[in-house]
Amino acid sequence: MKILVTLTADDIAPRFDLCTEVLIAEFAEGSAGAVPRNVLLPGPSADELCSLILKENIDVVVCGGIEDSFFQYLVWKKVGVIDRIIGTSAKALQLAFEERLQPGAVI
Amino acid sequence: MKQIESSELLSRQVEIIDVMNGIPHGVALIDKELRIFSMNRVLEVMTGYCTEAVQGIHCNYVLRTDCDEGLNKVLNNGGETLILEGSSIDANRKKVSVRITASPLKGRTGGDDGLLLVMEDISMLKEMDIKLQGSPEKKNLLGNSPKLQEIIELLPVFAYTDATLLITGETGTGKDLLAEAIHKSSKRAKYPFIKVNCGAIPETLLESELFGHVRGAFTGANSDKPGMFRLAQGGTLFLTEIGDLPLQLQVKLLTVLDDKEFYPLGSSKKIKVDVRLITGTHRDLKLLLDEGKFRDDLYYRLNVLRAHMPSLRERGDDVLLLMNHFLKEFNNNLGKGIKGFASYAIDYLMRYEYPGNVRELRNILEHAVNICQCDIIQMEHLPAYMLSAGEKKPAPVAGRLPDFKDEAITPGAPRRNFASWTEIEKSRILEAMVETKGNRSEAAVKLGWSRSTLWRKIKYYGLD
Repeated sequence: MKILVTLTADDIAPRFDLCTEVLIAEFAEGSAGAVPRNVLLPGPSADELCSLILKENIDVVVCGGIEDSFFQYLVWKKVGVIDRIIGTSAKALQLAFEERLQPGAVI
Repeated sequence: MKQIESSELLSRQVEIIDVMNGIPHGVALIDKELRIFSMNRVLEVMTGYCTEAVQGIHCNYVLRTDCDEGLNKVLNNGGETLILEGSSIDANRKKVSVRITASPLKGRTGGDDGLLLVMEDISMLKEMDIKLQGSPEKKNLLGNSPKLQEIIELLPVFAYTDATLLITGETGTGKDLLAEAIHKSSKRAKYPFIKVNCGAIPETLLESELFGHVRGAFTGANSDKPGMFRLAQGGTLFLTEIGDLPLQLQVKLLTVLDDKEFYPLGSSKKIKVDVRLITGTHRDLKLLLDEGKFRDDLYYRLNVLRAHMPSLRERGDDVLLLMNHFLKEFNNNLGKGIKGFASYAIDYLMRYEYPGNVRELRNILEHAVNICQCDIIQMEHLPAYMLSAGEKKPAPVAGRLPDFKDEAITPGAPRRNFASWTEIEKSRILEAMVETKGNRSEAAVKLGWSRSTLWRKIKYYGLD
């Protein structure tokens, strides 16, 4: 499972469209963890971020606020989106991997 | 989550939350570290979080606005309320336009305890504003002449920057309107636009008017006065007739422009301001420089950007456009139904020199609409000073409309190139005499005069 988390410092970025850094982690089947990598984006752009998500074959996106049009687009592209999350990226990543992260969670 | 410090806010929680819930906008109390302390129900609905879940979390994560940098500045703003506009993504994943008013909350010790944030959803207002107003520059600056269009094209450039702008132009050309249009098109539009006429305020009061004073600074200063610079905080200050600014104040203005701070009269506390300065003058500042009445360093500081408003004489057919605009305006204001102008009146108005420019044209039209009791504005409805003999001759202006017909008044009248009212009157008398085959009584009726007036005028012009 490949998870992307929008970042601001160590926390989840409050806005998908304003985020300039993401964290991508791939969990191999049966593994307990993964080594995440940070990707700096050239600038804040929801369109560019959607392209990156599709290019990287992301399975789940963990983010803060996201506009409905981008949310629906990603869902249509079979990418799971867990939005309105507040908290640290590390904890969100772990919970998402364990499939225990719900939209709107404050962690 | 971090535990927020106990403060005076905590002791007032019960009363404040009731007040907050009574406000029909999103309201949040946040501490001095910009962490959420309390939210009202509207904000809970907007964000999709309940207060208990997000208490102690930095407000940026909860409000999801693009105003985070602005919010960070609020506490460093010297206790001033700031209004920020931006967008937020609500609980329904909808991007909404919001206006955030951030007011510092003072504790009993005088220090900042936190902030009160009011978040309004202004999406509907924004949509209506676009529909109703269009672009502000189009609303204010009326004209199609190339010289005015040049200014209108440059308007977004002037609005984008915070550089000082000097607007020159004759009196009545619309320098104030241009300054206001620039302010309304700029990012400072939501803050005040304040106009100060440097020539209209006595020299002794001007310093206090611009920079404010503290109580007791001089005899009669019974209370503190903020001054126009402080009132324009965040917005634009338009100093018109800057050429009349006394030399002593020119130095102070230069300091404010360089340091963005000043001492109010009688105060030892420096005030920091964030104001965009636009200046206007009808005087030739270069000439004032040569005469030593204007400081050259201030001139170069003010003259970063320059816009010159064309006089009405240079604006060709805009006169007609403005005539119709003002006619419509005064018709509406005075409840009249005047349909237009007689061809003579149009000819005359088009050829007049307008030393007072658009302001003069407006006043002429106001006079005419007030006086006119029929459907069409005639020559006699124009102000007497324009028509009296010996008055400055209206000069022909290149680029104006070549011909006007007003079938209702002068059917089939050929185009005339009159130089003055004298000639127009002479021509009208001759026309009437020709039409009535020399019958003076009929000609007098045709002209709307008594027979004796016609006789007197024939004598006066030597037509007998």
